[in-house]
Amino acid sequence: MTTAQAHAHPQPNYMGVFWWLLALTIGEVAVAYAPFLPKLTMIILLVGMAFTKAALVALYFMHLKFERSTLTLVALTPLILCVFLSLMLLPDIHP
Amino acid sequence: MSEAAAIDSAAEAAEAPLTPESWGKLGMWIFLAADAMSFGCLIVGYALLRHASEKWPPPAQTLGINLTAFMTLLLIISSVTMVLSLSAIQNGDLRRFKKFLLLTILGGLLFLGCQAYEWTHLITDRLPELGISFSTHLFATTFFVLTGFHGMHVTGGVLYNSCVLAACLRGRYGAKHVEIAGLYWHFVDLVWILIFTFVYLI
Repeated sequence: MTTAQAHAHPQPNYMGVFWWLLALTIGEVAVAYAPFLPKLTMIILLVGMAFTKAALVALYFMHLKFERSTLTLVALTPLILCVFLSLMLLPDIHP
Repeated sequence: MSEAAAIDSAAEAAEAPLTPESWGKLGMWIFLAADAMSFGCLIVGYALLRHASEKWPPPAQTLGINLTAFMTLLLIISSVTMVLSLSAIQNGDLRRFKKFLLLTILGGLLFLGCQAYEWTHLITDRLPELGISFSTHLFATTFFVLTGFHGMHVTGGVLYNSCVLAACLRGRYGAKHVEIAGLYWHFVDLVWILIFTFVYLI
């Protein structure tokens, strides 16, 4: 069985992506430990860093950046649906 | 050619939509989208329950962030070794492929070991000393269900990677299968990155 050759594209700089993931992880822990930070700022920073890390893993390690763009839509659909889910459930959290 | 044979050969030649080089890859992506919904619902449920509770133990003081940060790095490093092992087998370097896939499996096992230690410490010491139990506070339920569900995925991934490693070394599987296993493993890492942020840090 021949090895399916992935559509040609230069191999991403995996170690480069790793250093970014490491930096963002350290950044997240630093923000979590930071003593005087308004709660909202902390949440925005943490969520931003988390989604950046997730995007890096998806785009480069999972090769999503080099696939057809419709596959990105498949991958993003759960996120869109979960945001929708949260909004729909918000009115019910206080019985 | 008979009609049946014509249909057979046409079916064999059909390319997968979106990922024409592999039907398995498309199947894995769709499975991951569904699995992401499972995790998404658990995380959304956790967020809403926490938002609706008057008193919620602050995770930074209740849970061990340092150990969990190390666990996050373990999974990230194992994702790097996974992608390097794929690159190796795509270039035909079986020795390098084996080395990096073994490191990936090891990373997964270390993660599970750390999680077992973390859970034991929480169940026997930390949570009782804070008066938190399954019957008194939703903190326990949401935490253990979410991290436990993820831990099961890591366990499955370790088994999956082990099977793929064995089959590749026997010459039955190739780069295509490693790529698909890699997608699953990166997904497990990605979900943990989100759980680490939402459950431990925020």
